[in-house]
Amino acid sequence: MANRTVAFEIKRQSSPDAPAVWESFEVEWRPGMNVVSAMMEIAANPVTADGHATTPITYDSCCLEEICGSCAMRINGKARMACSALVDNLDQPIRVEPLSKFPLVRDLQVDRSVLFENLKAVKAWVPLDGTYDLGSGPRVFPQEQEANYPLSNCISCTCCMEVCPQFNEETGFVGAATIAQVKLFNNHPTGKVLKEERLRALAGDGGIQECGFAQNCVEVCPKQIPLTNAISDVSRGVLVQKAKDFLRS
Amino acid sequence: MAAPRIIVVGGGLAGLAAVIKIAEAGGTVDLFSIVPVKRSHSVCAQGGINAAKNLKGEGDTTDKHFDDTIYGGDFLANQTPVKAMCEAAPAIIDLLDRMGVPFNRTPEGLLDFRRFGGTLYNRTAFAGATTGQQLLYALDEQVRRHESEGKVRKFEGWEFLSAVIDSNGVARGITALDLRTMELRSFPADAIILATGGIGAIFGKSTNSVVCTGSAQSAIYQQGAVYANGEFIQVHPTCIPGEDKLRLMSESARGEGGRVWVPRTVGDQRPFKQIPEAERFYFLEEWYPKYGNLVPRDIATRAIHKVVYELGLGLDGQPMVYLDLTHIDRATLNRKLEGILEIYEKFVGDDPRDVPMKIFPGVHYTMGGLWVDFNQMTNIPGIFAAGECEYQYHGANRLGANSLVSCIYGGFKAGPNALSYAKSLPAAESEGSHAAELSRQDEINRKLLRNKGTENPFKLWRELGEVMTQHVTVIRYNKGLKQADEKIVELLERYQNVNLSDKSQWANTSFAFARQLKNMLELSRVVALGALQRDESRGAHYKPDFPDRNDEQFLKTTKASYTDSGPRFEFEGVDTQFIQPRRRSYDAAN
Repeated sequence: MANRTVAFEIKRQSSPDAPAVWESFEVEWRPGMNVVSAMMEIAANPVTADGHATTPITYDSCCLEEICGSCAMRINGKARMACSALVDNLDQPIRVEPLSKFPLVRDLQVDRSVLFENLKAVKAWVPLDGTYDLGSGPRVFPQEQEANYPLSNCISCTCCMEVCPQFNEETGFVGAATIAQVKLFNNHPTGKVLKEERLRALAGDGGIQECGFAQNCVEVCPKQIPLTNAISDVSRGVLVQKAKDFLRS
Repeated sequence: MAAPRIIVVGGGLAGLAAVIKIAEAGGTVDLFSIVPVKRSHSVCAQGGINAAKNLKGEGDTTDKHFDDTIYGGDFLANQTPVKAMCEAAPAIIDLLDRMGVPFNRTPEGLLDFRRFGGTLYNRTAFAGATTGQQLLYALDEQVRRHESEGKVRKFEGWEFLSAVIDSNGVARGITALDLRTMELRSFPADAIILATGGIGAIFGKSTNSVVCTGSAQSAIYQQGAVYANGEFIQVHPTCIPGEDKLRLMSESARGEGGRVWVPRTVGDQRPFKQIPEAERFYFLEEWYPKYGNLVPRDIATRAIHKVVYELGLGLDGQPMVYLDLTHIDRATLNRKLEGILEIYEKFVGDDPRDVPMKIFPGVHYTMGGLWVDFNQMTNIPGIFAAGECEYQYHGANRLGANSLVSCIYGGFKAGPNALSYAKSLPAAESEGSHAAELSRQDEINRKLLRNKGTENPFKLWRELGEVMTQHVTVIRYNKGLKQADEKIVELLERYQNVNLSDKSQWANTSFAFARQLKNMLELSRVVALGALQRDESRGAHYKPDFPDRNDEQFLKTTKASYTDSGPRFEFEGVDTQFIQPRRRSYDAAN
């Protein structure tokens, strides 16, 4: 009996300026296999389904357990992590493409550094006096921890930005992930000292008013972060801050 | 004189901890990382971080943490740095708490602690079952703050290739490869800190991230750095076997009451619910009544091997045993372990709240690493190391939840030490060493791209992983270790015939991988031959032909130095000035 195989169609592009082409692959099926293991197999046997020699596929990956946020791509049209995309749950041929909203590097690899720049712009950190021993931290009740912990689970995969209709060059929208981090740090007993600065950073162009509330973000988030809820809360905060700033001026 | 320039390689917990201390002291740092630092492997740590805060009224002390760590490591670790780490741990937890790590809390709003392996105390602070992720993010955020203030420059997507060493043997910078443009460059520095993690990739599949190749450590080992205790590799007892990797199932599952068992009868095919309590073999609890499921990892791993391979009791005849949480209520599981339960659900498809998980041991942690002195400096002046890539804190076996504290503590020491070293360093006589190192690296790159052989680097790597896993993991025989080394030597020869299927000069991942592979092969010899030399059993290193620890001959650090004909070994005495070595046994009251 011939071994069972899995059919893939993978979008290839050798550089940002090169034309995109689709290549087909047949990879031996193994129990529990995911999309990443298929790409590892292709690297070891870089031959297309019709027998042509090709190159191993360039893609980002690191932890392979959906916690590092590296391997986001479009699989059968859906933005998701390739490590947790099990082939048994996918229709074949499995179509794999890079995220479409970020500058392409090669094949399935894109440049998502915009998210890290956005986190800088909203000061997504607790401003410590220093790392020397200053005793214990503020008391936090379990209910507060349980509310904040999900926001702190964001893996920076950018799937929420990929699926957002408002995330594009025209609006310059920061996207849901960054807004959720604003909520997280504004909730923190020490982090909230920068609350006004964070809200102001989200008040202008590309800020929170760009959100069209399509709610795609919360549906696609692999970590089930309550993104729309965060956007509502922060949105209210931004409005209040605007009013305060108006009255002060 | 000009402000000292420090390079940190690696953006996991140890690297970021070092960066923060340097930036805070007024220094500036160039931070190199293969991946955006927020995606570093520290993110995978699950269960927690140890510190004897004694918030449960148990009378825990840093001395007890110290003793558990030394005893758990079978007395191989030098005691002075371990003692200092355990004493520093409570303040590190406080600092992380101040940074905003969402640690689990008690009803009073204080830090909650749970049990972990190799101790009888609730000493492990935790943020659900994603503690490493939360800690990494906290440090990443602080580094981003320093970056926005111009104190840190990040070189993400650059891979370290080698150190630049001057004619006096002093480090003066690094060479690195831009993984996108494939540009080779050298970067000057007065001090370098390597914080490049573990070496799991030499075993093919492990719990490590794909970037954990040990390539950087191996590169400087080949440039003269001493590599210590390479043979000590931790095989974690509870992992989910997978096609692409072995996914960790945290020790915290057992810390929260998870039980490991198999049916008592060989070939018992009944679903787990139909197997009555009396017909279940809770072998860890029976064999080790005092510690039960929380014996240290080396002990638990060997017990599972025995149950599967000697007693033939693996589930359905497969190399797997149950890790059972189904007796614990769902709300508690969700509050304390949700992250790992999701991993199991997503990758296996079963809900571990309803059915016991099926697990097996997998390569997890590198106890050995670059030799460093008590100031975290390697034997090459100016190169420091911190975190999993160095050997200092875990001896022959690491206790669960000690890795996060050792990474942060090591980084906190390496940073200031590197800065003060750099401040007192006389200027280089010339920049010639940079040009020489660049041309050496350039030649390696050209040769690799020119090669017209027949070998595929990914296939060679698979063969390496298979032979290392077979002969150099849980149970080691000298015959097998020799076979493993012969195989590695063969692979090194075949490596000369690597033919890259991609010869382009843009985001060429096979090229980068092929460079890593050479370093993996050289380092694998250190691990296999180090194991061959050590004719005793200690911690994670177990030889059935030499089942006892032999302090007279082997209470010593293994030190490997590179030569063209393979690693050369010497041994160094261990600092045991605080705790007299005693027999290590978890099966009786002691």
